[in-house]
Amino acid sequence: MTQANISTSVRKPNPNYSIIDIQGEVTGFAEDNLMDAFSQASNGKTTRTILLNFTDLEYMNSSGIGLLVTMLIRSQRQKQNLIAFGLSRHYQEIFRLTRLNEAISIYTDESGALAAIPS
Amino acid sequence: MSKSENTPKNNPNSWARPVDKLKVSESPNEAINLNVDGRKLSGLTHGFGQLWQKTYKVRLSGIEITPQAVVEEWKANFSKFWPQGNNLYVPLTGIQPGEVGLINLSAPGGLKLSTGVMVIYADDVSFSFMTPEGHMFAGMITFSAYEEDDGTFAQVQALIRANDPVYEVSFRMGFGHKSEDAFWDATLKNLGQHLGVANPQPTQTNSLVDSRMQWAEWRNIWNNAGIRSGLYMPVVIVKKIFPRG
Repeated sequence: MTQANISTSVRKPNPNYSIIDIQGEVTGFAEDNLMDAFSQASNGKTTRTILLNFTDLEYMNSSGIGLLVTMLIRSQRQKQNLIAFGLSRHYQEIFRLTRLNEAISIYTDESGALAAIPS
Repeated sequence: MSKSENTPKNNPNSWARPVDKLKVSESPNEAINLNVDGRKLSGLTHGFGQLWQKTYKVRLSGIEITPQAVVEEWKANFSKFWPQGNNLYVPLTGIQPGEVGLINLSAPGGLKLSTGVMVIYADDVSFSFMTPEGHMFAGMITFSAYEEDDGTFAQVQALIRANDPVYEVSFRMGFGHKSEDAFWDATLKNLGQHLGVANPQPTQTNSLVDSRMQWAEWRNIWNNAGIRSGLYMPVVIVKKIFPRG
C-alpha cells in the first residue's frame, strides 16, 4: 500500500537556473512534495529556468502527468522555462503521447540540458 | 488522511503508445462516427480556454468493495453509468491503453454530438482518457478508486480547457460547466447504485489552474465537433429515413 513515495531535492548552481532531482514515483500523491520543490526552485520567481531531473524516476501515472502540467502552467505564469532530462525512453514516449514534449524540452542528460539553457 | 493504491509499477503496458493520428477500429451501425478519425490528441497545452481541475467523488457507503473491484466493474460497464442518451462505443477489447472510443452525446435540439477519446492509461485502480481535436475539452480525465478513512471512494478527475472560443463562451455562460457537472454527478450516482450503495452522494471540487486563455489556439474552432455534428445532422436524418439494406 502506497502513499507519497517520492523524494525531491533542489540544487541552485547558478542564480539563473535550479535543478529539481526527483527520485521515486510521480503520482497524484506527490503533489505536495513536487509543488514545494518547485517553489524552492523558483527562488521567489527570480530563477529563469527550472530543470527537472528524472534520472531516478521509478514510476509515473496519469495523475503525475497532470501534476507536471500544473507545474508547467506555474512556470509559464512566472515566465520561467521548464526543461526535463534523464527520462527513460518509455517516459519520453509518454511525454510525446500527452504532447507535453511540445511545451517541455527534453534532453538526454544534465549536460545536454544545461547547454540548452538560454543565456 | 490515508489513501492507498496498488498499481502495477513500471508496467509499460499501462500506457498507450504515442500516435500521430487517431483511428476508430470498430464502430457499431447505430453510432455516428465523426470527428475522431484522422484527428490528433488535443493536449492540455493546446486548448483555448481556462484550465480547470474538477474532481467529482463518491463514497461507496454501506458496502465492502476494493478499489480494484470498483474499477473492474466501471471499465466493464463504463457508458451504462452515463446519463441516458449518451454513449461511449469502445472496441470489444474494452477499456485498454491505446483503444480509441467513439462518443455520441445528446445535445440540445435533438442533436447528437459525435466525438471520441483515447484510453491513454489503464491499471487496476484507474484509467485515463485524452480527448481529440474538436472535443469540447482539451485535456485528460482520470477515473479511479481508492481507500480513504476506512471507506472506498470512486473518483472522476478532469484536467481540462475548453478547446475553442465557442466552447469557452458556453462554459463562461455556465452551460458547459453545468452540464459537465450534472453529467459526472449522475454517472457517480449510477455507479454507486449499481454497486449496491443505497443513496450515493457525490461531491465536487473545482480548481481554476490557469485563468488565462491561449489565444494562439483560437483556430481550434475549425475542428469544433459540435458545429461539425450539427452540419452532419441532415445526413443522419436521411440515413434514418432511408436505411441501407
